[in-house]
Amino acid sequence: MPRPKFQLIVIGVSSGGMQALKIILGQLPAEFPLPLLVVQHISSDAGDGLARLLDELCEIRVKEADEQDRICAGTAYLAPANYHLLVESDGILALSADPPVSYARPSIDVLFESASAVYSSALIGVVLTGANFDGSQGLKTIKQNGGIAIVQNPADAAAPQMPLAALAATAVDYVAPLDGIVAVLKKLADA
Amino acid sequence: MGLPTVKSAELEDVEIGLLLTGIQQIYGYDFREYAAASIKRRLAHWLAESEFDTFSQAQSCLLRDPDTFLSLLQGITINVTEMFRDPAFFLALREQVVPFLKTYPFLKIWHAGCATGEEAYSMAILLNEEGLAGRYRLYATDIDEEVLQKAAEGVLPINVMQKFTQNYQKSGGTASFADYYTARYDHAILSASLKKNIVFSQHNLAVDAAFGEMHLILCRNVMIYFKPILKERCLSLFDHSLMPGGFLCLGLKEGMERKKWSERYEEMVPRTRIYRKCYATA
Repeated sequence: MPRPKFQLIVIGVSSGGMQALKIILGQLPAEFPLPLLVVQHISSDAGDGLARLLDELCEIRVKEADEQDRICAGTAYLAPANYHLLVESDGILALSADPPVSYARPSIDVLFESASAVYSSALIGVVLTGANFDGSQGLKTIKQNGGIAIVQNPADAAAPQMPLAALAATAVDYVAPLDGIVAVLKKLADA
Repeated sequence: MGLPTVKSAELEDVEIGLLLTGIQQIYGYDFREYAAASIKRRLAHWLAESEFDTFSQAQSCLLRDPDTFLSLLQGITINVTEMFRDPAFFLALREQVVPFLKTYPFLKIWHAGCATGEEAYSMAILLNEEGLAGRYRLYATDIDEEVLQKAAEGVLPINVMQKFTQNYQKSGGTASFADYYTARYDHAILSASLKKNIVFSQHNLAVDAAFGEMHLILCRNVMIYFKPILKERCLSLFDHSLMPGGFLCLGLKEGMERKKWSERYEEMVPRTRIYRKCYATA
């Protein structure tokens, strides 16, 4: 069997993220063939409540990322509060307490750049609603390394700034509302 | 020629591997057992700020000129920390661990990977407030001499003090945080009374030996940068340095899940990563 074209999806989301993640992760089937890594900006003392809530609501498995987790298909890993989430070359997750990047920790750019260094053209990057510009540099890196870039339609986003910043930073492959993004992810996962 | 062309990302991995081997052989600092993703990010950050375009270019200068290496060392090892980082952890320490510490006539505490000292000073505040002033010695160590100098000075930028004050209050602090420092222009100078029982000294977790019979060891958000083998080395080091019934505090995303440790260490309060070493250990 040939290796699947895509191996990992990374998602960055900020304000309005809870609702957006419910829609995206909530519509993926339990047997979804790709793993997902998610940075949602949250306050530094938040626990893993968001991951546990999403795990209840979704068919796919959702958990807070732990260091040394091996990424598995059909699972979404959320970056923990106050840590950056990165990927090692062997598909193992790593955390870092390095300074915030663009005021954010976890930072979307850090996740995207680290995943792109490992997965290059087998990576799909998704930037969703948010009121800052985190993720735009990371999405640009993903495109430069031959990956796929998806951005939520700013008109559909609770906070359009982050999608707009991503669109300004790089040419992207898909601009779509949340439901459309789910359809694209399902299609790409089967490619 | 039939030589393959190597992608630049792979080329950079090769360059970094060569550089880290050279650094180990010349300066004795071994970063090959550090988790690659973070160290690559830190190295890339240093390179971007440097005059060099590639690590191959930088290598000659890094291996021949100690000052250039020192600038890289600081880029690799810098750990930004906070006073009373994770207030819930310090609250648990105050409420659940201090009562045990009070039963000893004198306490030895090791803070491994103290960076610029914020958490060591937080510890001193906590212990002094709990009536343990003068009854402890806190050994605060780091791999980097330069950050230890900064730590010993105890001078912080004033703009972080608001955040630290909030952390302090959430951590169960019983006094006014402003009593612990003097504001001078844009700096906060920590009170000399906090420094009295702290000894700052250089220690490299990757190569140096155990550190004496400690009652309490803190090493928070340091081992997340290590590969599993080095992390295990550190945990063994702490185990050898900790007296039975002593406490080991890790970062909130660092655990002792391996059976070897979980059967000998008990987490005092769930999700605080405060572990107590059992008395009956082989």
